[in-house]
Amino acid sequence: MLRLPPFRYLAPRTLSEATRLLAEEGPAAMPVAGGTDLLPNMKRRQFTPAALVGLRRLHELKGISGSPEVGVRIGAGETLTSVSTHPLIRTHYPALALAAAAVSTPQLRNAGTIGGNILLDTRCNYYNQTEFWRHSIGYCMKRDGSICLVAPGSPRCWAISSADTVPVLVVLQARVRLVSVRGEREIPIQELFRDDGMRPYTRETDEILSEIWLPPAPGWRSTYLKLRRRGSFDFPILGVAAALRREQDGRIGDVRIALGAVASHPVEAEEAMAHLRGQQPTPALLQEVAALAAKRARPLDNADLTITYRKQLTPVYVRRALDLLLGAEQGSGAK
Amino acid sequence: MRELITLRVNGERYEVAVLPHRTLLEVLREDLGLIGTKHGCELGECGACTVLLDGVPVLSCLTLPLEVQGAEITTIEGLEERGRLHPLQEAFAELGAAQCGYCTPGMLLSAAALLRQNPRPTREEIKQALAGNLCRCTGYTKIYEAIEAAARRLSAVHEDERQPDAALQP
Amino acid sequence: MDEWRRLQPRKAGPYRVVGQPLPKVDAYSTVTGRAVYADDIMLPRMLYGGLLRSPHPHARILSINTRKARELPGVLAIITGEDLPRKYGILPSSQDETALAIDKVRYVGDPVAAVAAVDPDTLEQALRLIEVEYEVLPALMSIDEALAHPDIKIHEEARTGNIHKAVSYEFGEVEAGFAAADYVREDWFYYEGNNHVPIETHACVARWEPDPHDPVGGKLTLWSSTQTPHYVHREVSKVLGIPPSHLRVIAPHVGGGFGGKSDPFSHEICACELARRTGRPVKITCTREEVFLIHRGRHPVKMWIKTGLKRDGTITAMHFRSFLDGGAYGSYGVATTYYTGALQPVTYALPAYKFEGMRLFTNKPPCGPKRGHGTPQPRFAVEVHLDKIAADLGLDPIELRKRNLVRPFSRTINGLRITSCALEECLEQVVARSGWREFQAARPAREAEAERRFSPVRYGMGLAVSTYICGAGKPIYWNDMPHSAVQIRLDRGGGVTVYCGATDIGQGSTSVLAYIVAEELGVEPERIHLETADTTLTPVDLGSYSSRVTFMAGNAAIQAARRLKELLHSAAAERLRVPPDRLESGDGCIYSVDDPQVALSFEQAVQLAEARYGALVSAGSYAPPEDIHGDFKGAGVGPSPAYSYSACVALVAVDSETGEVKVEKLWLAHDVGQAINPLLVAGQVEGSAYMGYGEALMEQQIFRKGRHKIPSILDYKIPTTLDTPEIETILVGQPDEEGPFGGKEAGQGPLLPVMPAIANAIYNAVGIRIDEVPITPDKVLRALKAARSEPGERPLPPPRVTPIALSEPWPARLIRWSPGHAGLAEQPLKLMNGHRQYQEQGESTPQGAATPPSRLPQKGGTA
Ligand SMILES: Cc1cc2nc3c(=O)[nH]c(=O)nc-3n(C[C@H](O)[C@H](O)[C@H](O)COP(=O)(O)OP(=O)(O)OC[C@H]3O[C@@H](n4cnc5c(N)ncnc54)[C@H](O)[C@@H]3O)c2cc1C
Ligand code: SF4
Ligand code: FES
Ligand code: FES
Repeated sequence: MLRLPPFRYLAPRTLSEATRLLAEEGPAAMPVAGGTDLLPNMKRRQFTPAALVGLRRLHELKGISGSPEVGVRIGAGETLTSVSTHPLIRTHYPALALAAAAVSTPQLRNAGTIGGNILLDTRCNYYNQTEFWRHSIGYCMKRDGSICLVAPGSPRCWAISSADTVPVLVVLQARVRLVSVRGEREIPIQELFRDDGMRPYTRETDEILSEIWLPPAPGWRSTYLKLRRRGSFDFPILGVAAALRREQDGRIGDVRIALGAVASHPVEAEEAMAHLRGQQPTPALLQEVAALAAKRARPLDNADLTITYRKQLTPVYVRRALDLLLGAEQGSGAK
Repeated sequence: MRELITLRVNGERYEVAVLPHRTLLEVLREDLGLIGTKHGCELGECGACTVLLDGVPVLSCLTLPLEVQGAEITTIEGLEERGRLHPLQEAFAELGAAQCGYCTPGMLLSAAALLRQNPRPTREEIKQALAGNLCRCTGYTKIYEAIEAAARRLSAVHEDERQPDAALQP
Repeated sequence: MDEWRRLQPRKAGPYRVVGQPLPKVDAYSTVTGRAVYADDIMLPRMLYGGLLRSPHPHARILSINTRKARELPGVLAIITGEDLPRKYGILPSSQDETALAIDKVRYVGDPVAAVAAVDPDTLEQALRLIEVEYEVLPALMSIDEALAHPDIKIHEEARTGNIHKAVSYEFGEVEAGFAAADYVREDWFYYEGNNHVPIETHACVARWEPDPHDPVGGKLTLWSSTQTPHYVHREVSKVLGIPPSHLRVIAPHVGGGFGGKSDPFSHEICACELARRTGRPVKITCTREEVFLIHRGRHPVKMWIKTGLKRDGTITAMHFRSFLDGGAYGSYGVATTYYTGALQPVTYALPAYKFEGMRLFTNKPPCGPKRGHGTPQPRFAVEVHLDKIAADLGLDPIELRKRNLVRPFSRTINGLRITSCALEECLEQVVARSGWREFQAARPAREAEAERRFSPVRYGMGLAVSTYICGAGKPIYWNDMPHSAVQIRLDRGGGVTVYCGATDIGQGSTSVLAYIVAEELGVEPERIHLETADTTLTPVDLGSYSSRVTFMAGNAAIQAARRLKELLHSAAAERLRVPPDRLESGDGCIYSVDDPQVALSFEQAVQLAEARYGALVSAGSYAPPEDIHGDFKGAGVGPSPAYSYSACVALVAVDSETGEVKVEKLWLAHDVGQAINPLLVAGQVEGSAYMGYGEALMEQQIFRKGRHKIPSILDYKIPTTLDTPEIETILVGQPDEEGPFGGKEAGQGPLLPVMPAIANAIYNAVGIRIDEVPITPDKVLRALKAARSEPGERPLPPPRVTPIALSEPWPARLIRWSPGHAGLAEQPLKLMNGHRQYQEQGESTPQGAATPPSRLPQKGGTA
């Protein structure tokens, strides 16, 4: 039986108590929400925090409220199940509902939170392995070692941003609120991420992600497509989030495309978006846009299936996402 | 350091001293003797350890007992009531939905939560609800059939219970 | 050739229990969580045990220092290789394992030391404190590497390089066969290894009860999630030097096996030794990662096949070569090697057949038996190869197969006896039920519709047929003792207790015993109490492997039950004044067949019989008949008292833009003879189809830098509810003459045709061939891109199996054998051991009295 390493468990009742505990305990303490990412990682000894600060009881992290006109606030402690089934989100931010519902399994979505999903540790199949395995291969720089086992010459870690909701939140232009004893800040979600597999978030260790805010999205359609091997359990090996708004005359008023699981952070396909903006969509144009978006995908050999395959599927998935949004007769995939 | 906590499991209160790093799975099995909850990975990857937390399926291998004090925990031992089997249990037994039986407690709890929420699920809805429970023996077919049979039986019972009321209607 | 038909006197139908879809006898304990599995056993003062495993794929152990670990409070015992130096292994010919490595480790995960501690945290700390110094050696991680580097020896004992076993056979005149062919085709195939992934990880608890008066010092009990308590008993006793009489091995409920719990394991032996040393119970539960490391799963096999045919599709000769990647130890590998060649002639009537097989050692976890043991790989190769041939010759794949199917009641070119065989009916059934012909006819319309809708999805149907054994004809240790035995005890209150060593791993073998005994004694199965899989309480059954339990333990149970029945009937006859042969048992009574009103209750009959004969206990046993195989060396693998047959049609949807394959439906027809419980049979067929589906598309035990790449059930993919196709089961066939009530196996055979059926369906859908399992979407896409590349594009070449070029001749002496001419080797028919007794007692068969002396057809002789 794989077991957890010892730790102290702290159970604050309010957000301010939680931030105080985090500040007092220092970086050796970690917040735990649903625990569905952190606890397996701890069982594999990827993390051995001295203390866990439980976020479950914090009512400040709960609730989904707002309207399509003013925008919607989601407490970071809401479970993926409640996010994916909430009528407000299903109707007005369907991509988020799709992405949340595509995470892992029903049981994990019942416990896992959206906050935890956003702050999911980056993944790599040299790293998401037991202590025994990592010891066997000699560890890598993300934990206990000094080199990168995927790209041994590289000075950095290429672990993959693998959260399903993240590319969606990027295309929805979500903002997140971070709270600590030092104060609060609200930032566009893109600013939370860093292109660094080892330290993928700009969140300071004493900060708690308290809520996510989705701006109003009148006239926007959005979707999320996920590449994985099985119908459940599996992390994305490619996630494509797309949102667009059409003009009266059918031209693309605005479009946003973000890719997940192709780098250490969610990747926005700027060139592709610019190419499509203001245009009348045609199959040939969409093909070009998809190819441009795919240029941003540079997978390494640290996730399921081959690099070539993940790379080859990126334009296909981007095009299919756009087809879906444009309501075109599209070839639905076998899955 | 052990902490004294109170857990509500299958309607009973248990006071136990637990180490904070023991999971609910370990405490149920090793401290409370509720060995009906199984485990096949301890990493959230199989669903064998599924229990209900206030009626909602979660994985006991990734749940800290300290966090679920106050919640009602249901394990397989709590699915039968006073020796009377849940219709799902009957259907699983009669229709061959349990082969080695190791995934069965987790399957049954996921299925019970489904039927409570959705008394007449479609095959597709059943598949979705069980998408977090792996079975290596059955190929799942007999499990679906058993859940469908139990759903029919349960709704027949409900119909019966409604009969007297219905009779009062003009 | 009808002798066999009369071999088994069978109870006349209609049956009351047999053939009914009854719940399994343990169904209520499993659905309520009452069933106790090995890890559920918690004994007072129990210690937690664990193994320190090698971090290197190949290394010499220079030193082991356990001092720091020993000093840790709460650590009660530590053992290393020196403490248990005796070698063991499941096969007598491959005694190449030690419980803990002595001077060398041969794969990442090879156990080096074992610890018992008071709690799991102390255990973990102690394991970390053991210091092992290694000299790392170069590792061989594939068949090709193992062949290329005979200088790097994984086992000193291997005669040539890293070749563990090589065999070579020629049956009939192969060269002449090829010379007579109008068409010859050769292909290479590769089948990647995979793991059983039972949801229950291996676990065991050992308890030592000291007895100072006993020269052995005490007695040991081991509860283990094993499929083969008998062999675990044997090996633990050997390694620990404890006489078998002092050791008791019990298999509690087992949470799935599929072959993965068939070897004696290091953790079992170490738990026993740690318990003996500490005087306290010790539990060792493997983690999921450890299950991938101890493995014993499907061998990766590279295969070459060459077939010659007449223009009409009649096969004239086949030559088959297999190269098995055995991993670091022998396990069942010698048998697996033979199995890769043995059953080809049991599916198709081959007039000439050459088989060469070789198993290599590599620095990977040892491979062993998995559902279908050594036969899914060649089945994949043969069935895809034949599909290609059908396309080459413009023949219908169904007709091509039909032309060559093996015939019932025949002898194969390699000397195997075929009895009941409904293969053709299986084939016809799947074809009819799947709407194969209509599907193929509608192809142009379907394609046109897809084009019109710009759909990238293409549909295809593929088909394959297969064969499997109903129990190995030979035990692992060749001897004349029964393969299975059953005892039955009746008590005065009418209770029936059945004792049998057979191990239920979920397939329902215990239930089958109950049904059979209930049917014979005419009582309801719920009355029966079962004691199984306990080497002290129950008579030997060799174990749950090779699909042998229903057939063998079932026949033993019939014999034991009939012996009791005879006593009951003779006692009842006296009281009822009815001749014993006019009595029958049923519905809890013994009654006169002429006047069912003349009856006694079962209880009354038991009391009368006990008064007259004393305590009512009987035993029955079974060993397969002798004359079911040829008389050459190596003929012991392949023979079986009967064979099951299956056919499968797969319907797939292939996304030609992504290479993703969705299996929409599998139709599986299986010849199980008489289904003793159709519910359980369907369950076995569905489970096999599911597992075959996983093997075809996603499952693979793969390695990178000497390490298992994906040792978790998140990364090693097994199908979920959302992936698994719909499965339609079709049971066909007539009761087998030797099977218990006519039953044959269903636990493994139905897996076999699934992988090639899917591969053939993919070809049917998009016209590409992937000759390698699993068929992952990246391979499909690569093949598609290569096939439809536009001018100017430079796609990757399609995936292709690299052939093995042997510079040396095949490293095994060729054994040539042909079935002799009729009349050369005629012998009187030997009766099956299990039933000899009846014949001697002159029990009558439904057809009449004792079997007349008869002749075996075409008993072979060495050429
Ligand atoms: C088998 C399996 C499959 C999975 N599949 C997927 C998948 O397909 N897609 C996917 O996206 N995820 C997947 N996951 C990961 C995980 O279940 C989800 O990402 C989940 O949303 C994580 O949320 P949580 O609340 O459980 O996070 P936790 O584990 O509690 O936390 C994750 C991290 O975030 C930090 N954290 C959490 N909340 C806060 C907060 N409010 N403020 C500051 N820090 C915080 C924690 O300290 C920790 O570092 C899978 C997990 C498993 C075990
Ligand atoms: S990308 Fe390199 S450094 Fe990062 S986790 Fe993987 S192996 Fe380690
Ligand atoms: S034990 Fe596998 S999910 Fe909990
Ligand atoms: S019944 Fe064995 S794993 Fe489901």
